[in-house]
Amino acid sequence: MEVFFTQLTNGLAVGGIYALIALGYTMVYGVLKLINFAHGDLFTIGAYLGLSLLTSLALTDHVGAAAGIVILAVMVMGLVGVIGILLDRAAYKPLRTSPRLSAVVSALGASIVFSNTVMLVYGPNPRVYPQGILPTQVFEVFGLSVPVMRFVILAASVILMIGLYVFIQRTKIGTAIRAAAIDQDAARLMGINVDRVIMLVFFIGPALGGAAGVMVGLYYGQIKFTMGWIYGLKAFTAAILGGIGNIPGAMVGGLLLGVIESLGAAYISMAWKDAIAFFVLILILIARPTGLLGERVAEKV
Amino acid sequence: MKPDADNIRKGAYAAVAVLWILAPLYLDKYWTDVLNNVAIYAALGLSLNIILGYGGMFHMGHAAFFAIGAYTTAIVNTAWGVPVLWLMPFAGIAAGVFAVAVARPIIHLRGDYLLIVTIGMVEIVRIALVNNVFGITGGANGIFGISSPSIFGRQINGVVAPGHYFYLLTVFLGATIILFSLLEHSRFGRALKFTCSDEVAATGSGINAAGYKLAAFVIGAVWAGMTGTLYAAKIGFISPESFSFWESVIMFMIVILGGSGSIPGVLLGAILIIGLPELFQGLQQYRLLIFGIVLVVMMIFRPQGILPPAPRKYPVDKLEKQEVSL
Repeated sequence: MEVFFTQLTNGLAVGGIYALIALGYTMVYGVLKLINFAHGDLFTIGAYLGLSLLTSLALTDHVGAAAGIVILAVMVMGLVGVIGILLDRAAYKPLRTSPRLSAVVSALGASIVFSNTVMLVYGPNPRVYPQGILPTQVFEVFGLSVPVMRFVILAASVILMIGLYVFIQRTKIGTAIRAAAIDQDAARLMGINVDRVIMLVFFIGPALGGAAGVMVGLYYGQIKFTMGWIYGLKAFTAAILGGIGNIPGAMVGGLLLGVIESLGAAYISMAWKDAIAFFVLILILIARPTGLLGERVAEKV
Repeated sequence: MKPDADNIRKGAYAAVAVLWILAPLYLDKYWTDVLNNVAIYAALGLSLNIILGYGGMFHMGHAAFFAIGAYTTAIVNTAWGVPVLWLMPFAGIAAGVFAVAVARPIIHLRGDYLLIVTIGMVEIVRIALVNNVFGITGGANGIFGISSPSIFGRQINGVVAPGHYFYLLTVFLGATIILFSLLEHSRFGRALKFTCSDEVAATGSGINAAGYKLAAFVIGAVWAGMTGTLYAAKIGFISPESFSFWESVIMFMIVILGGSGSIPGVLLGAILIIGLPELFQGLQQYRLLIFGIVLVVMMIFRPQGILPPAPRKYPVDKLEKQEVSL
């Protein structure tokens, strides 16, 4: 029971992070039908930018831990969002009408460029986040101890997800995004500036990924320039699990994958932890390619 | 005869072939070994080209088949002392059997989904190797002491005499080129390319699209497995590091940059991606960064690769003769 509970809360915390990254994949896929392979590396960039800003500005010393983290997250989200827009301009926009493989290869190239730029700037060794910013207390429920940090991480990702959901469902711009995802040409005829929508999607998705990067830095305390692709792949699995192109699906998929992985690591094998996500990915693509919440009947997969 | 484009191209290929064959005479050991690596990756690129170039399947897990071939060789050779060259067909069969098992359920997946699944596959294989699956892969340390190939009782050691190993690899690569160009122009190759360009029309013409795609996957896997034997025997040591996702990316880039579906293109790709960086040792750490930029720029300005396949020719004079003979 103890182990189960620990792994469950850990899985939910990690799952929230997967879900945030997965949202970036799913939003871009929804509008452009493109797997943005460079998304995982935008997440890495977020983690490293967060580290730089955290150590150089010392925000948490001036305004306190909570406000400092919020300001930091907003700054990182803005910066990574802008990088996302630049990525689209440089690597994807010229390929809008090209065959699918061209855009996929270009995305892969962009991913290599990002991860190697991070390596050249910050060095190939793992970097350490300053410790003791998030509360380290452990809190007791029914005799089971849970680090408060896990709740903070989960709460932060849930708040961001709810914010995004409300934005997509309740605002005019959100409606435009949904319309562009369903039918770009029809949306254009209705007076929606689809290019603007794509730009916005390439801002929001990477911004959420960047926030996830900061969260990983704070949660695990250590970041590496290669971590982007494994997180990216798992987040993509989460997006598929929930049904790609489906925003609530990415959230559910992320949390579910986090829990499956963490329970699998505890009860099956720690050494096979990374493989579990890939087995889930393969199984879901074979058995139910539209994902759990995939009511959108996508094109033939 | 006027030197038209076709003859110039043939002349250039012949010149490159002669330069290649004479290479150990004018290159030192280090550079010969670089060419050995080029040859191994060229063979891998050509085997991936069957799947990716002719079959149009975005397969980014080719390192898995390469790994299975290399590990089959290493395990059997170190355990029972079977000569490595004898193991080549078995390495190929092992990789082929694995390919059938893996590809059958995923072969119908569309483009980018297949890409993701094959990435998952290669990672699972690597994790399995690191975790010392069945207790035979040696875990993260890999397997040492694989013996060198011997032909007519003569040892060909890839470390001591890279020049000798070079000719072994050149014979293998030459056989690969000849076989695969025959395959390309055979009924099989035509059907596969037709399936790739329009699966519905191909099925409508009576082509078993799924069957051909699976066959392409298996042929590519068998060849990558056999190349794995030569890789394992070259330095006598293999570890999971050599079969990571990045190896698959490198093979993928060789095919895409050189020219998907074109044998000369893939060979050029192998030279550029494996050989060229050796000339710029000082820029070693920028290597991948430059590759990434090149990939993006190529996709924007020349998505078909540097040497795309030449369009098939139907010479009018020969056609008329045929009609007369009818």
